[in-house]
Amino acid sequence: MKILVPVKRVVDYNVKVRVRADGSGVETNGVKMSMNPFDEIAVEEAIRLREKGIATEIIAVSAGVASCGETIRTALAMGADRGILIETEAELQPLAVAKLLHAVAAREQPRLVIMGKQAIDDDMNATGQMLAALLGWPQATFASKVMVDGEALIVTREVDGGLETIGLPLPAVITTDLRLNEPRYASLPNIMKARKKPIDKVSPADLGVDPAPRLRTLSVAEPPKRQAGRRVASVEELVALLKTEAKVI
Amino acid sequence: MAVLVLLDHAGGAITQPSRSALAAALPLGDIHALVTSADPSAAAAAAAQLPGVTKILTAASPLLDHDLAEPLAALLAHLAPAYSHILAAAGAIGKAAIPRAAALLDVQPISDIAAVIDADTFVRPIYAGNALATVVSSDRIKLISVRAASFDPVAETGGSAAIEALALPDLPCPAQFISAELSRSERPELTAARIIISGGRGMQNGDNFKLLEPIADALGAAVGASRAAVDAGFVSNDHQVGQTGKIVAPELYIAVGISGAIQHLAGMKDSKVIVAINKDAEAPIFQVADYGLVADLFAALPEFAAALAR
Repeated sequence: MKILVPVKRVVDYNVKVRVRADGSGVETNGVKMSMNPFDEIAVEEAIRLREKGIATEIIAVSAGVASCGETIRTALAMGADRGILIETEAELQPLAVAKLLHAVAAREQPRLVIMGKQAIDDDMNATGQMLAALLGWPQATFASKVMVDGEALIVTREVDGGLETIGLPLPAVITTDLRLNEPRYASLPNIMKARKKPIDKVSPADLGVDPAPRLRTLSVAEPPKRQAGRRVASVEELVALLKTEAKVI
Repeated sequence: MAVLVLLDHAGGAITQPSRSALAAALPLGDIHALVTSADPSAAAAAAAQLPGVTKILTAASPLLDHDLAEPLAALLAHLAPAYSHILAAAGAIGKAAIPRAAALLDVQPISDIAAVIDADTFVRPIYAGNALATVVSSDRIKLISVRAASFDPVAETGGSAAIEALALPDLPCPAQFISAELSRSERPELTAARIIISGGRGMQNGDNFKLLEPIADALGAAVGASRAAVDAGFVSNDHQVGQTGKIVAPELYIAVGISGAIQHLAGMKDSKVIVAINKDAEAPIFQVADYGLVADLFAALPEFAAALAR
C-alpha cells in the first residue's frame, strides 16, 4: 500500500513569533523553520505501517517555496521513500493545498493519506478534511490510534468528551493528533541516505490547479498583552484576594 | 439570505459552545438552526427556545446519529444554496465537518473565528493566538467555525422558533461508529465552566490530580490539564487546555504546577482572572497570572482546600 504524507514548513514551535510593525503579518525572515509537529507524527505513523509490512512506499509531499524541499528532506531522513515538491511562490490556503494534493493523489494513487490535523502557523485545521472531501474518501480526524485490518481502518479519535473509535474503508484520509506516536529523530546515516532519495518538482500549473487565495488578510495584530499581576505570600492571602478583590469565588 | 447554525446537543440540551456560535451568528442575519441525530426531537424543542432563532431544521436519520463528518458535511452542502453563512462551534464535530462541507462547495473555510467585523470580515487567532488576523472572504457563502470562548453564549430560553423537519437527500456514510470512551464527571464541562483548576507536569502523577478535586468541588470548577500532563498519562485527552486542545476563557483559571508553555497559554490566556501556583518563581505562567503563589503545590493544595472548607 502506498501512503502519501503531506508535510508543511512552518515557523518552529519554540519560536516566539513577532508581528511585523506594519501589521502585514508575522515576521518569518531569519526565523527558524521546521516541519509542522503534527506532520512529523504523520510521517512517523506511515513509517511504522511500513515497518509492520502494511505500507510499501511512503511519499512525502510539500507545497510552497523552494525551501519546502528541506522539509521533504527531513521526512526522507526519518524514513519516507521519495518526495514531491509542488513549487510556487503563491500564498497557499487550505483549499488550494487540498486541490494540489488531490491532483497529486490522482497521479500517485495512494490507498492512504496521513497528515497533521493542524498547522501551527495558520491554525486552520482544515486541509485533511478538505482533501478527503475532494477525493470522495472517508476521513478520520484527530487520530490517537490507527489499526489497519485488510481493507479497513480502525481509528481512535480524540473528541471533546474523550475518545471515539470508528471504522472506515480504504482509501481514506487520516489526520494526526498529538498522542498518536512519538516521532523518531533521523539518524546521521539516514540523513546521509536521504540526500540520495529523489524529490520530483511540479508546479500548480502542471497539476492544473489555480491556487488563488479566497481569504485576504487585511491586517495582523498583536493580541492585547496581559500584565503580570502580583505575588502573594500565602494560600490564605490568595483566597482572601480572590474573595474580596477579584470577587470570583 | 438566512444564516444556518449547526447546533451540537447532548441529552436533549444545546451545548454551551453551540450557544456561543449562535451568538457569533446573530449580527449576520435571520438565523436558522440545524439539529441532527436519529431522533432530534428533544434537541429541536430545546433549540426552539434559543433567543434569536427563527426556524429550527431537524434532520432525523440513523446515519447522523454519531455526527460522522461524511453525512454531516453532505447535508450542510445540500442546504448551502439557501444560506449566506454556515456556522458551527469549533469543537470536534464542527472542526471535522465544516472544512469538509466547504471543500464540497469549493469554499475556503474560516476556522475558529474570535470576532465578527461584518458579513465578510472576521478576526481569527493564528500562531497559537500570538497574532490576530483580520481576514475578508471572497466566497459566495462563508463556512465558519467559532471559537466559543470568544463569544458569550445566548441564553437557553426566551425564543420561540418554528420547527421544520427536513426531507433528507441520500447521505453518504462510508465510516462507521464503533465505540466511545467518554469521561464521566459530575463537574462542569471545561468549555462551559465558570472556574477551572488545571494541573501540569508538576503534579508528578495521575493520583496527585486527586489533590485538585476537593478544590474543584468547593468552587464548582472543572478540572483541566496541560499537554505535558496528558502526554504523561496523568489524565485523559479531554482534559487538555491549549492551542490544539480546548480553548477556555473562564472567570477564574487556576494553573497548578504548569510552567506556561506558549501552547498552553494559547488555550487559557483570555481567562478573566488567572492564578498560578508553582514552585519555580521564574516559570513563564507568572507573566500572565493576576495572582502568583510561589509554593510547593503539595503543601499549597491541601491548604487551599482547607481554606475553602472554612
